[in-house]
Amino acid sequence: MRLPGTRSFLLRDPRYYQIAVLSSLLLFGVFVLDFGIHWQNAVVIVATALCVQYLGSRYAQLPGFNPLSPLITSLSLTLLLRTDELVIAAIAASIAIGSKFLIRVGGKHVFNPANVALVTMMLASDHAWVSSGQWGSAAIGAFTLACLGFLVLTRARRAETTVAFLVFFAALLFGRAAWLGDPLAIPMHQLQNGALLIFAFFMISDPKTTPDSPRGRILYAAIVAAVAFTIQFIYYTPNGPILALIMSAPFVPLIDRFMRGRHYHWLSRDALSGKQIKGAIR
Amino acid sequence: MKILIALMAATLTLIVATTAQAFCGFYVARADTSLFNRASQVVLVRDGDRTVITMANDFEGDVKDFAVVIPVPTMIEREQINVGDRAIVQHLDAYTAPRLVEYHDPDPCMRFEKMYNMAENDAALPSAQKELRRSARSRGVTIEASYTVGEYDILILAAAESKGLIRWLNENGYKIPRGAKKVVDSYLRQDMRFFVAKVNLEEQASLGYQYLRPLQVAYESNKFMLPIRLGTLNARGKQELYVYALTRSGRVETTNYRTVKIPSNVEVPEFVQDEFADFYRAMFEKQTKQHNERAVFLEYAWDMGWCDPCAADPLSANELRQLGVFWLGRQGGRESKIMAPQAQNVFVTRLHVRYDSEHFPEDLMFQETGDRQNYQGRYVIRHPWKGATTCDLTRYNADVQKRQEREAQALANLTGWDIEDIRNKIPFANDGAPEPEKEPWWKRLWS
Repeated sequence: MRLPGTRSFLLRDPRYYQIAVLSSLLLFGVFVLDFGIHWQNAVVIVATALCVQYLGSRYAQLPGFNPLSPLITSLSLTLLLRTDELVIAAIAASIAIGSKFLIRVGGKHVFNPANVALVTMMLASDHAWVSSGQWGSAAIGAFTLACLGFLVLTRARRAETTVAFLVFFAALLFGRAAWLGDPLAIPMHQLQNGALLIFAFFMISDPKTTPDSPRGRILYAAIVAAVAFTIQFIYYTPNGPILALIMSAPFVPLIDRFMRGRHYHWLSRDALSGKQIKGAIR
Repeated sequence: MKILIALMAATLTLIVATTAQAFCGFYVARADTSLFNRASQVVLVRDGDRTVITMANDFEGDVKDFAVVIPVPTMIEREQINVGDRAIVQHLDAYTAPRLVEYHDPDPCMRFEKMYNMAENDAALPSAQKELRRSARSRGVTIEASYTVGEYDILILAAAESKGLIRWLNENGYKIPRGAKKVVDSYLRQDMRFFVAKVNLEEQASLGYQYLRPLQVAYESNKFMLPIRLGTLNARGKQELYVYALTRSGRVETTNYRTVKIPSNVEVPEFVQDEFADFYRAMFEKQTKQHNERAVFLEYAWDMGWCDPCAADPLSANELRQLGVFWLGRQGGRESKIMAPQAQNVFVTRLHVRYDSEHFPEDLMFQETGDRQNYQGRYVIRHPWKGATTCDLTRYNADVQKRQEREAQALANLTGWDIEDIRNKIPFANDGAPEPEKEPWWKRLWS
């Protein structure tokens, strides 16, 4: 069965699909599973993020105000950040979106917005933390399917970072288990982690903060996976991937210098120029 | 977590007491750890990288059969080991236990508007210990240290490989279950040492304790975890573990398993007062199943300064220090046992987990969160008005009857008990009111 309308809509901008997946996950998490997320946090984070994006767009004199990216950032942030203070949620959202406009190198923002907000708040306040283990296996299963669906729908365009990160990280976990003589159930269990999936599909995947060339992105994913593994299994500190991403961010401009590629634009010409897609849009 | 050699049996006790009235209802009963057989209790005091662990268990066999083997992340010096006071752990258990509270309906006719006591033993090594060292070396095992602390003989072992270690342990009376080799290897590769303890019968006799006191170890490591994998090797089925975490900033949760709040603030029928132990066991069983036997349950999270209602008084600063809460300053002798509601800078989290190797393949990893929201497993019974009546009670009785039906449903949902059995135990207030609508027999046939 063909659904040309849906398909073209999702292909034109993958962010619609991401928003759909993240918001259903959030609704499920708040109302069905007890994730420990308060709906008030979600409201504050989304509202603040949109406000800051609006102000930033005017400050940077962008042609228009596009709510898609700040929505994805705020949904990821809501899903990952736990706090009992609404002020912290608001500050986190401001840092996330503000960093996009303020910290830029070579025409790109350096840090992944949700990531820089999470790490800053975790370091700065006792009232912010990330609960990585709070997902039931049913939620993880459904979420994995939705994430894989995303890969299929977008034909893995720009998905090298996600796939490469998961492959490298899984290889390190299985390698560790083999070296320790642990049963396979252990690395399998370590991979079944909701926060890891959000990280791989919605954070490290952000085309705006990853290198421009495909080879560069794979190299970058390998660096992040290695740093994450070191943090989590050598220094025994939780939230390895999230900390690793911010530590590896300075490598992006460096990789871009040596491996040239094209800057990413969400509504890029190549996304719209394929024959099939063209037909579908019409 | 540990390997206990003899079978353990726990007596089932339910302490029923009434204490002073509190805002959250009269406290009636608690579900403490004695409800469950084979329960281990671990107190984890943690701030930064510093950890003090207190391990208590309900071992009730012959003490000469008792031995534990615990992986520890660092070398342990003599001064890092202590034998604690079992009563303090029991007090912590009582303070944090899920509780039953009761309310009495007011007269419906009234109108209302809406580590320091170690044995000195540092003299030259006795010849028996020299022999131990020799046999250890021949198996590739290094006894990094050996101490006698209180009634325990303790060894800190390091080894190049598990085979020698396991053989040496077996030769020396620690019966290590089959299948331990892989797990021991894994721990050795992660640079862990083994802390092994046996009861020194002479010391025990001279100290005169009838039971085993909890062992305490203080160490510094970035691993905030509990090694449970050795404990899953015993073919004794599921193990019951309670973790009481005492931290400075907030609630503790597991990072590699789901931490789920145990259902709370549920109104249940009056008869639960007499069957609170059965009720809690059935509910816990059902909850574990509902979460595919992979969840860690949060039973209590509270600021140590107070409680409401109190299943027991909060621990005193002195008790907390003995458990290893090192950030509490030493206080003078003026301390009163009953605490005023004041912030003590100690937050307690009680986690309850039933584990086996199939559902918990990995050790428990923890993190401290900034969450200081108080939480308690609390169940409520409401007694209908039984006093003299001076007015028509038809409406009141109808309300009570509805409430009783709600309570019956809630209880059936929580425990999985048969709704008809529950209804039969409830003295419904049907004074003049019509019979409650019975649900058809097939309604719960497949649910």
